[in-house]
Amino acid sequence: MSKQLELRLSGSGGQGLITAGIILAEAALKDNKNAIQTQSYGPEARGGASKAEVIISETSIDFPKVTLPNMTLALTQIASDKYIKDITEDGTIIIDDSITLPAGVTAKNVYKVPIIKTAINEVGKEIVANIVALGLIVGLTGIVSRESLEAAIMARIPKGTEDLNRLALEKGYELAKQV
Amino acid sequence: MAKKVKFLQGNEACVEGALMAGMTFYSGYPITPSTEIAELSAEKLPRIGGKFIQMEDEIAGIAAAIGASLTGAKAMTATSGPGFSLKQENIGYAALAEVPVVIVNVQRGGPSTGLPTAPGQGDLMQAMWGTHGDHPVICLTPDSVKETFDLTIRAFNLAEKYRTPVILLTDEITGHMREKIEIPDASEIEVYNRIKPNQGDEYKAYKVYDGDLVPKMADFGSGFRYHVTGLMHDETGFPSNSTKNAGVLMNRLMAKIEDNLDDLITYEEVEVADAEYLIVSYGGTARTAKAAIKTLRNEGIKVGLFRPITVWPFPEKQVAELSKKVKNILVAELNYGQMVREVERVVKGNCDVRHCGKANGEVLTPEELIRAFKEVL
Repeated sequence: MSKQLELRLSGSGGQGLITAGIILAEAALKDNKNAIQTQSYGPEARGGASKAEVIISETSIDFPKVTLPNMTLALTQIASDKYIKDITEDGTIIIDDSITLPAGVTAKNVYKVPIIKTAINEVGKEIVANIVALGLIVGLTGIVSRESLEAAIMARIPKGTEDLNRLALEKGYELAKQV
Repeated sequence: MAKKVKFLQGNEACVEGALMAGMTFYSGYPITPSTEIAELSAEKLPRIGGKFIQMEDEIAGIAAAIGASLTGAKAMTATSGPGFSLKQENIGYAALAEVPVVIVNVQRGGPSTGLPTAPGQGDLMQAMWGTHGDHPVICLTPDSVKETFDLTIRAFNLAEKYRTPVILLTDEITGHMREKIEIPDASEIEVYNRIKPNQGDEYKAYKVYDGDLVPKMADFGSGFRYHVTGLMHDETGFPSNSTKNAGVLMNRLMAKIEDNLDDLITYEEVEVADAEYLIVSYGGTARTAKAAIKTLRNEGIKVGLFRPITVWPFPEKQVAELSKKVKNILVAELNYGQMVREVERVVKGNCDVRHCGKANGEVLTPEELIRAFKEVL
């Protein structure tokens, strides 16, 4: 189990976290690892609290859902309040710096990072916060190779946004170096 | 023969399988958690000259598919609980009129509109008994994205071969999870097409000719004139009130299934050879069982899994045999106890049978199943 990344990405519907989960899993497949992505969401198309979960493993994956993640990321306060509590003792919590972590939540590593601000101010579009987050996660964990991640991103994004997303990914890697 | 590796949802794999099996017609009414099946069918069918129609409601969704099938198309509709309820009358119609059609039910939580985005397995008995009257039922249940692909193809093949509606009973777990799937080349896929009459031959629409399993099926509009009805009918297809005739027809319909169990029933066994205890589980919940069994085996407990892939007709013979070898059977499913009734019926007291259920819209976790299992020990 220790080789297995169990990641929960949470935020508001429309922030692209399910897409981010799919991209990370597809990058893992490119690295010949196993991956499963699941999600949970409410009836609303935008807003609310949505979560995407990804399991990446060297071995086959039976149970597809994440019960106790070893890494969680939250981009909104609502999502953080709802989904960030469950974490393994040696796990890592990543929250956007706009979030106040609920009292009593502990993990081995807690990183408060300006993910959304970086997307707005340094990349120029809030919509790519999900890609900044991916760069941050992969920069911290090395769970997939950078080549595979970039290829997986390029395969999922709309044509004409390649440079924007490459910049977002680069800014994510830079954030990882700073924490 | 290069295999295409994709990362797909179960619902997406269902459409890929349907197209591989020859689907050219989809009609339905979108409903969570099955909507991706409609979306992808709408995107893909027009590109191959097929038809996608979003109908005015669930009833029309299956009715149009039945009509399309009568013209020779391979047709599918997909739904979830509330829509499955609405389709029941026409499932019976297709069974009696012997019209091949594939109905996908991606099960969600609760009765009524319940929990649209959460999993459940409360429709198992409905798949068998939802439409009134005795009737043949074939119902298949996958536990992975790849198996959803495979079983969708099988559902079409069985529908064509047995001229009967086939239900693909999935759930929100397998429908929405994404995992790796290698899509085989079309040349590696076995596709069964219905037997049609030759122009000029004598043709009675509901007569089984020598050597055939079912009546030959003429495409409506191809020159063969016949009558299709939900009333009891004779070999011509016209209604008949004769009880003798009704008996013959009913016996033939039921025998299509009863005489071909070996062709219809498939299942998976995991670690059953030396098992002292057995877990029976199906669909998305079988993934929970597989994880639980690995943990329990690591603790030295001899436990195995029996997973019906064909849930109707129920694999009676196989479960009865296993029940003579084990001390206990624990049935794990997301409901208050449906398959467990079938297991109890066929086990006939050979061993203790218990149930581990959950019906609040959450999946059953391996930890919960292990806890339930240890209470049995």
